[in-house]
Amino acid sequence: MTTVEERAESGGRGVSEEVLRGFFREMLLIRRFEEKVEDRFRAGELPGFLHVAIGQEATATGVCAALQREDVIASTHRAHGHAIAKGTPVERIMAELYGKVEGCSGGYGGSMHLYDVEVGNLGANAVVGGGLPGIVGAALAFQMRGEQRVAVAFFGDGATNTGTFHESLNLGQLWKVPAIFCLENNGWAESTPASQQLPLPVDELGKRAAAFGMKLIEADGQDVEAVYLATLAAREHAVTGKGPVLLHLRTHRLTGHFVGDPQVYRDKDALKQERETKDPIKLLAARLELSDDEHAAIDAEVTAEVEASVEFAKAGTDPAPEDALKYVYA
Amino acid sequence: MPELTYREAVRDALGRALREDDSVFIMGEDIAEMGGSMAVTQGLLDEFGPGRVRNTPISEMAIVGSGIGAAIQGMRPIVEIMYEDFLTISMEQLVNQAAKHRTMSGGQIKVPLTIRTQGGAGWSPGAQHAQQLEAWFVHVPGLKVVFASTPEDVRGLLWSAIYDDNPVIFFEHRTLYPIKGDVPDELEPIPLGKARVHREGTDVTVVATGRLVHESLKAAEEAEKEGISVEVVDPRTLLPLDEEALIASVKKTTRCVTAHEAITRGGFGSELTAVIQHGAFDWLDAPIERVGAKFAPLAFAPGMEQWVVPHADDVLAAIRRTVARS
Repeated sequence: MTTVEERAESGGRGVSEEVLRGFFREMLLIRRFEEKVEDRFRAGELPGFLHVAIGQEATATGVCAALQREDVIASTHRAHGHAIAKGTPVERIMAELYGKVEGCSGGYGGSMHLYDVEVGNLGANAVVGGGLPGIVGAALAFQMRGEQRVAVAFFGDGATNTGTFHESLNLGQLWKVPAIFCLENNGWAESTPASQQLPLPVDELGKRAAAFGMKLIEADGQDVEAVYLATLAAREHAVTGKGPVLLHLRTHRLTGHFVGDPQVYRDKDALKQERETKDPIKLLAARLELSDDEHAAIDAEVTAEVEASVEFAKAGTDPAPEDALKYVYA
Repeated sequence: MPELTYREAVRDALGRALREDDSVFIMGEDIAEMGGSMAVTQGLLDEFGPGRVRNTPISEMAIVGSGIGAAIQGMRPIVEIMYEDFLTISMEQLVNQAAKHRTMSGGQIKVPLTIRTQGGAGWSPGAQHAQQLEAWFVHVPGLKVVFASTPEDVRGLLWSAIYDDNPVIFFEHRTLYPIKGDVPDELEPIPLGKARVHREGTDVTVVATGRLVHESLKAAEEAEKEGISVEVVDPRTLLPLDEEALIASVKKTTRCVTAHEAITRGGFGSELTAVIQHGAFDWLDAPIERVGAKFAPLAFAPGMEQWVVPHADDVLAAIRRTVARS
């Protein structure tokens, strides 16, 4: 019998169709949720500004499915998928985007600060690279107490140029803490392409692990099964005291940096082609050979869930303005 | 009452917390075998081992940030930033992360992290090893800021900082480490947010922090020879601030001088001045005087350094100015 690590590294399969169908449903839920978020933002219902991760659903679903509930994550400004995949109900996320008391951060956070400590979401971070050091510390706490838990930092290729990335991988590896540094490499730092922000070829960004002597595990970020297996392997490595892992997932952002981004910096034909060939949901549907009816049935179900989340959010409670001071100190 | 140095008092609080509580650990640069660049943590490695007295790389963002993460997961980390000048490297983690997690999460998270650091002039370290940056942090909701000036205070306040459920920036002053003072037999926690009246007086209140508490006490003795009765108050905790005690003192004396080693412009004295003039406006007989360092990066040559930072003479001159107004 092969280990998950060997299966992951050989690109081997082994996840049941039932599990994959579960992944498909969740990825489609994330997609429909984010499309609804774009729609409601354009309608002027959502304050602030928003980043969607359309095209990156497989990394959120595949990674979080391989974690245990007691494992913790730190997310990024592109956070909706991570929050859903870690287990926060969509209506609580939608309520947060509407700034309601019922939101997963009580209306204090917004899209870029989705928290749900009960399911292990230690918060999405609006500072690129800002969440990594905290994950080293969370993992250190698990290590010191002898707990079989891992801490996972999500971040993008842009974050690998920040000081916190280098300091966190360095310290994490030095102390062999049970952390997974999950690099969702979509090749864009906002509007700046890999060629203008990375000294390495974009597909070779995982090489940065070698600078720290860190275990590197890589997978195609558009293939949810590969992501899932790679994360299982990474978790096994981290939780057994072998040290942290750089989990490099090459993925594709099939929309702009923020909702409303006209993407003047992006080649339209290339984007069109990416949408046709790199959509993780289309790829999984083809793999599962879902019939039109099956697809439509799942779609109707998740779409209804998203619609219900909007109704829930709109019916939510506006926080009292003076409650802005409520949680400054514990 | 035993006598301890300021340095020993800090060490005593750290040792007791480590002894009594498995969730406490300390980490920072050179704090283990070397015992810290100020020798504060000497001996702690031997007693508690490398798992709880952790040398770190020179990596301030990761030191503070990993402290935050461990604190969120239920530990009570005490991290040491060797010089407060280096806090600037970790500002993002302090200001955007530690201070804001609780509010951003709608109260789901607390960050019981203590960040010990030290600084101060008087030994020609030059411009990057002597700053007094406490005012930067007083501007940030979610942080608490402590600046202790005596052995008794530093021990009791550090204990309270460690057991506070919020991130606390704990400032120590380099030149105070060797000073001696009586401390209670048993560690008595000093609540954060309580000022201490070091000397009672009736003509002028000097609100001083850190090294300037001692300089102000010297100035008060000189002033007394001139027939001026000076009250010296140390807020000890800058955030939260014991506004009530300061205002009460100035209502009594009707004059006020603020004194710190940090640069005057935008320094904590500016906040003190605003708070006191608002709270005691009708009682004031003179404009509030601010004593602090001159507005320049600290020069190396001892003569220049001494001229830039304030001393007892500067406090005394400010006291005289307030008295001359009436």
